[in-house]
Amino acid sequence: MTPNPILEARELHTYFLVPQSPFEALMRRPHLSVKAVDGVSFALMRGETLAIVGESGCGKTTIARTLIGLEAKTKGEILFDGKEVALRDGQTAIGLKHLRQRAQMIFQDPYESLNPRATIFDIVAEPLVVHGLAKGERERTAAVTTALEDAGLRPAEHYFMRYPYELSGGQRQRVVIASALVLQPELLIADEPVSMLDVSIRAEILNLLRDLRQKRGISVIFITHDLSTVAYFADRIAVMYLGRIVEIGLTREVLRDPQHPYTKALLSVAPAPNPRLRRKRVILQGETPNPINLPSGCRFHPRCPVAFDQCKIKDPQLTVLSETHQAACLLLEK
Amino acid sequence: MSDHWKLFLRNLSEFWKAFRRNKLGLVGGFLILTALLAAIFAPALTPHSAVDIMRDSNGRALTFASPATHSPLGTDDAGHDIWALLIYGARISLMVGFLAGFISMFVGSSLGIIAGYFGGAVDTLVMRVTDILMVIPDLPLMLVLVATIRQMDLKVSPLSVLILVIGLLYWTSAARLIRSQTLTIKERQFVARARAIGAGHWHIIRKHILPQLMPLIVTNTVLILSTAILIESGLAFLGLGDPTQPSWGTMLNFAFSRSAISNGAWWFYLPPGIAILWVSLGCILLGNVLEEMMNPRLTAHYLEGDKGMIAITDKETGL
Repeated sequence: MTPNPILEARELHTYFLVPQSPFEALMRRPHLSVKAVDGVSFALMRGETLAIVGESGCGKTTIARTLIGLEAKTKGEILFDGKEVALRDGQTAIGLKHLRQRAQMIFQDPYESLNPRATIFDIVAEPLVVHGLAKGERERTAAVTTALEDAGLRPAEHYFMRYPYELSGGQRQRVVIASALVLQPELLIADEPVSMLDVSIRAEILNLLRDLRQKRGISVIFITHDLSTVAYFADRIAVMYLGRIVEIGLTREVLRDPQHPYTKALLSVAPAPNPRLRRKRVILQGETPNPINLPSGCRFHPRCPVAFDQCKIKDPQLTVLSETHQAACLLLEK
Repeated sequence: MSDHWKLFLRNLSEFWKAFRRNKLGLVGGFLILTALLAAIFAPALTPHSAVDIMRDSNGRALTFASPATHSPLGTDDAGHDIWALLIYGARISLMVGFLAGFISMFVGSSLGIIAGYFGGAVDTLVMRVTDILMVIPDLPLMLVLVATIRQMDLKVSPLSVLILVIGLLYWTSAARLIRSQTLTIKERQFVARARAIGAGHWHIIRKHILPQLMPLIVTNTVLILSTAILIESGLAFLGLGDPTQPSWGTMLNFAFSRSAISNGAWWFYLPPGIAILWVSLGCILLGNVLEEMMNPRLTAHYLEGDKGMIAITDKETGL
């Protein structure tokens, strides 16, 4: 395994401008923006799985979409295999089209991410068509068959001429995975791949993803709000709150010994396998603040159970706790 | 691949099964089909042509002969057989209507897709042009355009002028409709997925946007055909048709200008009127039924079969 990261984000920002009326523009009101991703840095090693967890609206999906170029980044750098992601290929840059051949995204909703008027064969073969690979009929059929069978749809021919509406949610997600696999990508970005599925099917899909990762050595960014699937799946965890990573570390470290008060609160309310082991629950007060007007100082302070005066003023940076573990809290900086 | 062929046949038979259930749609299809067949097989349906003059045994032209004296539909002021005029006129009326309808639908769909998909300045430009065309009264504009183009002596047949003017002015509503639909499809996740795969604009429009729009386009083409036929008749009635190739509108014009009404020659003006009604009613019935079938919100719930509610069944196992 090479030590260089397959994917690196440096100070990544993605802002969405709030539409302004001509009157507001005329009055020179400042242009407001939703700070969906606000300074995120991380590195993903080859073969590694990084889970990004956080509640709704914390910017996890925006990160995924920015990484694959579906949203334009406002600031910062994305490096894929040591090369900066740009519009076109260059000496030190990798073009979007090339990136999208080597990195694939799995979307959250398998009911929406398949074209209802395309057959399963066409859906799985589409990446090959787009990138002009496997041009011959026989070659293409072979690639699609392998991808479908690797995704657990056997026998593959049985599914070729079917439409998405004829399949169940779990089968559809397998089709999505097959179409992501057909190009043999090095990186898989999975945006809540199991959250729309029945609990009984979740484990199957997660097992499938884990097997594929081991078999093919694919690196995975796994985005979820469900901490119980994370422990099972990820090597490392990054906890996000309002567009920023507040804690990042090995799965074991973060789950056993959470340092940020937000992580502690999240973990305390995650369902435990043994209900007799009652833990003290930290219930967060209030709602997530508006990402247009972020709170001053530490963005978590209005809801933090252990906040003190300084928190309203000073914005904490990630503090190194161990070689692999970092968290952003003023209590840790001292 | 034979698999694709099988799939096509399966889809076709499913469509027919659903279509068959709706009687109005069948009536509409029947009306259009009979008109088309009459136009295509016109020479087989009458021994006369549109220019033959009927004569009695003394060799005098039969003018304003009623259906009783000359079957099946009598003659006009010059002794032409009305039935022959009618079915040969169907060729002109239907050709102008269909071509103009297809042109307007093609222009409207293309502009609508481009405006909706690319958005921004392109969208603003296309939509403002659409707005401008929408607020100009159609009929006067067409009259002026057709008359002016005729004056220019461009060596194009009068019918082509008619087809182009109708086709290039009647795309506004289609463009708006297609644009709005494109806007919603563009935001759906399978389009985002196609982009994430690395697909270009052309590929996305062709493979993902257009197939979702196809039902809408087909339905509106059928509906716009009736408009185009009505407009053609209107323009021809006002004297802008081609007198050497009379359509139903031209027949009405002749009937009006040659005092068929004061002569009581109802067999001169009623048949073309009924023919226009026949075809446009057929288009509207068929179009509405297709719209209902293609738009799931307008149909009954899919669990309601022929006999009310039915159980969810698996197609293969039949459970």
